[in-house]
Amino acid sequence: MAEALLSVDGLCKAYGALTVSDNVSFEVAPGELHALIGPNGAGKTTLIHQLSGLLRSDSGHVRLGGEDITRLPMAERVHRGLARSFQITSILPGFSALENVALAAQARSGSSFRFFANAAREDDLNAQAMESLRTVGLQGRASTPAGVLSHGEKRLLELAIALATAPKALLLDEPLAGTGKEESQSVTATLRQLKGRFAIVLIEHDMEAVFALADRVSVLVYGKIIATGTPEQIRNDPAVREAYLGEEGEAAHA
Amino acid sequence: MSLTLFLVQTLNGLQFGILLFLIAAGLTLVFGVMDFINLAHGVQYMVGAYLAAWFTALTGDFFLGLLLALPTALLFGLLLEWLVFRHLYGRDHLDQVLATFGVILFLNEAVKVAWGSSPLSVPIPDAFSGSVRMMDGLLYPVWRLVVIGSGFAIAIGLALLVSRTRLGMLVRAGAVNAPMVSALGVDIGRLFMIVFGFGAMLAGFAGAMVAPILSVEPGMGDNILILAFVVIVIGGIGSIRGAFAAALLVGLVDTLGRSFGPQMLRLMLDPSAASQTGRALAPMLIYILMAAVLIVRPAGLFPAQR
Amino acid sequence: MSAAGTDIAVTAKARQAVGGRERAIIATFVLLALAPIAAQAGPQGYIIDLITRMMIFAIAALSLDLILGYGAMVSFGHAAFIGLGAYAVGILASHGVTDFVVQLAAALAAAAVFAFVTGALSLRTKGVYFIMITLAFSQMLFFFGVSLSAYGGDDGLSLPERSRLFGLPLFSSDKGLFYATLACLIGCYLLCRAIVASRFGRVLRGARENPVRMTAIGFSPYRFQLVAYVISGMMAALAGALLANQTGFVSPAYMSWQRSGELLAMTIFGGVGTLVGPIIGAMAFLALEEWLAGLTEHWKMIFGPLLVCVVLFARGGIMGLAARIGGKRDG
Ligand SMILES: Nc1ncnc2c1ncn2[C@@H]1O[C@H](COP(=O)(O)OP(=O)(O)OP(=O)(O)O)[C@@H](O)[C@H]1O
Ligand SMILES: [Mg+2]
Repeated sequence: MAEALLSVDGLCKAYGALTVSDNVSFEVAPGELHALIGPNGAGKTTLIHQLSGLLRSDSGHVRLGGEDITRLPMAERVHRGLARSFQITSILPGFSALENVALAAQARSGSSFRFFANAAREDDLNAQAMESLRTVGLQGRASTPAGVLSHGEKRLLELAIALATAPKALLLDEPLAGTGKEESQSVTATLRQLKGRFAIVLIEHDMEAVFALADRVSVLVYGKIIATGTPEQIRNDPAVREAYLGEEGEAAHA
Repeated sequence: MSLTLFLVQTLNGLQFGILLFLIAAGLTLVFGVMDFINLAHGVQYMVGAYLAAWFTALTGDFFLGLLLALPTALLFGLLLEWLVFRHLYGRDHLDQVLATFGVILFLNEAVKVAWGSSPLSVPIPDAFSGSVRMMDGLLYPVWRLVVIGSGFAIAIGLALLVSRTRLGMLVRAGAVNAPMVSALGVDIGRLFMIVFGFGAMLAGFAGAMVAPILSVEPGMGDNILILAFVVIVIGGIGSIRGAFAAALLVGLVDTLGRSFGPQMLRLMLDPSAASQTGRALAPMLIYILMAAVLIVRPAGLFPAQR
Repeated sequence: MSAAGTDIAVTAKARQAVGGRERAIIATFVLLALAPIAAQAGPQGYIIDLITRMMIFAIAALSLDLILGYGAMVSFGHAAFIGLGAYAVGILASHGVTDFVVQLAAALAAAAVFAFVTGALSLRTKGVYFIMITLAFSQMLFFFGVSLSAYGGDDGLSLPERSRLFGLPLFSSDKGLFYATLACLIGCYLLCRAIVASRFGRVLRGARENPVRMTAIGFSPYRFQLVAYVISGMMAALAGALLANQTGFVSPAYMSWQRSGELLAMTIFGGVGTLVGPIIGAMAFLALEEWLAGLTEHWKMIFGPLLVCVVLFARGGIMGLAARIGGKRDG
């Protein structure tokens, strides 16, 4: 396999007595889409927080492109090419969709300690932002305040913001969370488009989407990775079926 | 620095600390349980002092005055709560600051209209006037000891109330997570009112108790309010235990700092520089203390468990 | 499509509000510029003096709005910066340094250093703790002022003369000071407006709405907030330097917590996060104070409840009220 872009090694995190990440290790190659599945409360979001730097890890290492970023603050990780989206939509509701994305572009193009020129009129930033919006299909909503977008559109906006940071690796925490059928199709289509261009860690409960998109799947249960493999291998792994897919497997038969 | 002077100042510091605690206790609960910044808490203290002075003058007896002042202070607090404060719960902190600032302006002026702008004095009750000899060469005013004693008694009572009773449990739970308490079916409005009235009465009690040793005047609550805020921030908002520890700490540091700071500095500086720096530094000490505590522990010494 | 409909309505309304503000502020500045001429009809000295004072506090309220309205930093110690500015002028003047450029440079430098140090510490805390720690720092300065016995201590000190500009006694006439203050006010407003719309301001506004999001795209809000705090403190120090000239007097009372409370009140009264609002708010606040004080000695008994009513019934202050009235008229 190609040299890993993102490698996670023995990551741990505990809240008091509750171990939420238990010695988690996995790797993501450039262009690979690595799905992370697991039941509610398995510790998936916590893991993304640790990888992105929102939460400090108790022990273990995260490397991006060979560099150890375990101790770096979140903003620094973003500058090195690690972007994320949030399970619970996190946008700037009072800003237009375009400005939400333009800010991400601003973060990596020159200093933001500029006090006089009007930022909203910087064509270069707006063009980059528009590009990201187009990628997710929101170009028609550019001037809409983000707060009044529909839920599905907000999920897409999250993706556009992450893209505008020019990432090498994307950490996507349930991009389909809370979306309806139609919305989920458009988000899935966008994800398919992104696949191969970035190393992606995708957390998702929607198994259909996971098995359609993932190159590899890891299964997280009680903070531990119990299996990693191709979608096919995971689907047939008895431990996984027992621990996690049990119900769904039966539902699928029914 | 003589030992007796040190002991006297320590007692003064304790007395000041106890006073601060009585005011801070209500403030920290109101703040912790209702997330409500009540700048007007200081005027409750002032109102308590005025009521005590007034009723004492009317009845000619301090304790009868106190007995009448306490329920009146309580009613007054509840009236304010009903008129103004309950409309501010859940609002922005800024709004609360502005509105309660308006209440301060009103009440500071209102007491002038009612009782004139010159300070009132309240005689120390006969039975407790004079001083006791605590040791060789150490005389201490009895009334100050009474203040200290009653303050400690209330602190213990309050601690029991908060840790042992159902009401106290609700208050503690409310300080950690008010929406949750409300979701469990507790009438949060009534809980707020009780906590509020209680806090107002404690502040009023503090005002009444120190009326005989301080001058009762308009605006007397303003500076002590800021000190009470310092106390609850150092102690950790919502924590009675924290308020108690911080109040004594602030009382002692302030009092001892003012009297002994310059002398301590003399060990390092020449005398005139020491006394000047000492006088400059002493009043700043507690603010330095507060800033230091917040920098090391951004949520105070005893943060309510969240 | 209904979504697109609300979209256009929202943007149109926002644009309309901004347009209204623009008109209000231009009208205010024009009226101010003409005020000394109009005042000839009445007690000119008194009116010019009052309006100068109003404009000085407008600068201070404006500076507070920059961090409060756009950075969500509730400073309960902003009067400290006014005091720093005023003392810089007072102390230098008492040593015979009367050039305003030098005085202002000292005021700004002192405010910048104080803001940088206290801001760097305060910004480690959040919410209520931030409010209280800024209060603590301003109280320290207040008591420091009280202890400055060489400069009058508690009583403060009188300025031997008003500042000069390059040796010219420009401020010695009330009109000169008036127009200088107006120029400062307009300058500060334009500066704030530019800052708010700039790259820097956009990050600051973003961090107010959602600091985690800003971190997740690669910003550290802390640095931006700190710089904003410094800018705001310096602007308030300018107001303080002007205030010392206007009153001819400097005292620790300029830094008392009640003063900080008043500044907050002015800002909220006008409308937080609008720049224009706090300018109008500060002037309306002082005008109202002056008017009520003329009616009765106990004017605070009217003024206090009025503040309460503003909070309870006029959310968003004067600008909020104006926007609602404007909205109703058009809708
Ligand atoms: N701040 C916290 N303090 C204590 N426990 C926490 C905290 N945050 C999360 N947990 C616990 O950690 C566990 C993992 O939570 P996490 O949000 O990572 O799960 P998840 O796999 O993302 O779940 P979901 O599929 O519902 O999003 C849960 O049991 C949760 O209750
Ligand atoms: Mg999750």
